[in-house]
Amino acid sequence: MSPAHPTDPPPSTGARVVAALEHVVKKPIWDCRMCGQCVLHDTGLTCPMTCPKTLRNGPCGGVRPNGHCEVKPEMRCVWVKAYERSEKLPLWRDHIDQLRPPVDNQLKGSSSWINLATGRDKQVPAGWAPGE
Amino acid sequence: MSALEHKLDAGEFVVTAEMPVIDGGGHAELQRQLEFMRPYVDAYNATDNPAAHAHVSPLAVSIGLLQVGAEPIMQLVCRDKNRLALEADLMGAAMYGVHNICCLTGDDVTAGDEPEARRVFDLDGVQLIQLARTLERGHYLSGRQIEPIPHFLVGAVENPSAPPLEQRVRRAAKKALAGARFLQLQMVYRTELLERFLRAAADTGLSERLAMIPSIMILRTAGAMRFVASSVPGIDMPAELVRRVESAADAEAECFEVAYELASHAMAQPGVAGLHFISFRKDAGIAKLCARLGIATKQERESHGHSASVAVG
Repeated sequence: MSPAHPTDPPPSTGARVVAALEHVVKKPIWDCRMCGQCVLHDTGLTCPMTCPKTLRNGPCGGVRPNGHCEVKPEMRCVWVKAYERSEKLPLWRDHIDQLRPPVDNQLKGSSSWINLATGRDKQVPAGWAPGE
Repeated sequence: MSALEHKLDAGEFVVTAEMPVIDGGGHAELQRQLEFMRPYVDAYNATDNPAAHAHVSPLAVSIGLLQVGAEPIMQLVCRDKNRLALEADLMGAAMYGVHNICCLTGDDVTAGDEPEARRVFDLDGVQLIQLARTLERGHYLSGRQIEPIPHFLVGAVENPSAPPLEQRVRRAAKKALAGARFLQLQMVYRTELLERFLRAAADTGLSERLAMIPSIMILRTAGAMRFVASSVPGIDMPAELVRRVESAADAEAECFEVAYELASHAMAQPGVAGLHFISFRKDAGIAKLCARLGIATKQERESHGHSASVAVG
C-alpha cells in the first residue's frame, strides 16, 4: 500500500487575505502568477512562471539569437534576464544553478509567504531526491 | 545495460541518428527507413512529436526498433504529457527493454501544426531527467515502490548556439547533476559557438561525466536550409552559409560539403564522444558522410571493441 499524498486543508479567510495582498504587491513588480512556491530570490528576481513553458531550471533550447523567447518573439527570454539579474544580486547568486523540484500544483493561488513561513513550499514528493 | 551504454562507458566513439518520423506501416516501414543507416548507426532517436507535429509515439517506435534488431533512444518531451504520463511511458519503455532515454523540454506547441493545443510542461527537461533517475531508484515520484526496478541510460540535449551562451554549460551541468550521462547537442552552424561550449565543458570536467554528442544535419538545398532556420526553434543559421549553397553549381554537393566540414570540426573538439546525424531523406547520405569522415562501420567498430580507428580530416 502506498500512502496518499497529503492534501492541504482549505485556506482560512486570513490566508486568503494574505494571498490577495501578496498578489497585489507582486503582480505589478514581477508579474507574479501565484504559484505559491516562490523562487524569485533563486532566479535573479525574475519569475520563472512567466516563461511560457514555466521552466524552473533554466532556458529551453529555443531561445532566439537575439535573446528573445521562442514562443513570444516580442519578449526577452525570462531566463536570459534571470541569469543577468542574478549576477547583480548581492546574495543568492549561485542559487540559480540549484536543481528546483517540480511545481506543486496544489499550491497554486495560495500565499507563498505563508507557505514559506510554514515550510509547506519546501515539501517535495516522497520520491524526489535530486543529486544522488 | 544497453549496447550504447556499454560503448559510452568504454569510451568508444558512437554514432547515433534521428529516426525519421513515421505515421504507420509497421516493421516494414521501420526497416525501409533503417536500410541505409544500419551500417554505421549504433542507436536511433525515436522522436517525440518533433517540432510539435504528431506522429507515431516514441514508445511504439522504440519497441518496434528493438523488434527489428535496432537500438532505440526514446526521446521524451515535457510539452504533451504531465508527470504521470511521463512515468508511465518510462515504465513502458523499461518493460520492453528500451533503456536509452533522451529527455527534452520540447519545442512549444506554437512551433507545430496544432498551435491551439494545450501546452503541458508539468515538468521541465531537467526534472524529467531526475524523474527517470527516480524510477531507477525503485520508486515512483510519490515514493511508491517499483518491482522490478527499471534501468535506464538517461541522456539529454543542449543547444550551444542559443542564448544565454555563457550559461549553456551551467545548464548542461545541471542536467548532469540530475543524472544525465550523455548530451546530444542541437545542430550548431557557427563553429565558434560549438568550440566555446565544448571547451568550457572540457575545462570544467563536465565532458567526463556527460558524453558530448554534437549533431550534424544533412540538407540538400538552400531552401531547406532557410526552412530549418525559420521553422526549427533554436537554430542560428548564418546567412553567408545559405548564400554559399545558393551560389554553388551543385547545391546538394555543397550541402554535403557543409555537413562534412561541420562534422569534422565537431569531431576534433575536446570531449566529443560521438556524432548524431539527421537526414530527412531515405538515402545513403549518412553512410556516405560517415565513410568520408573515416568513421568505421558499426560492425568494424564492434569487432575491434574500440574505435581508435576513427580518423579526422
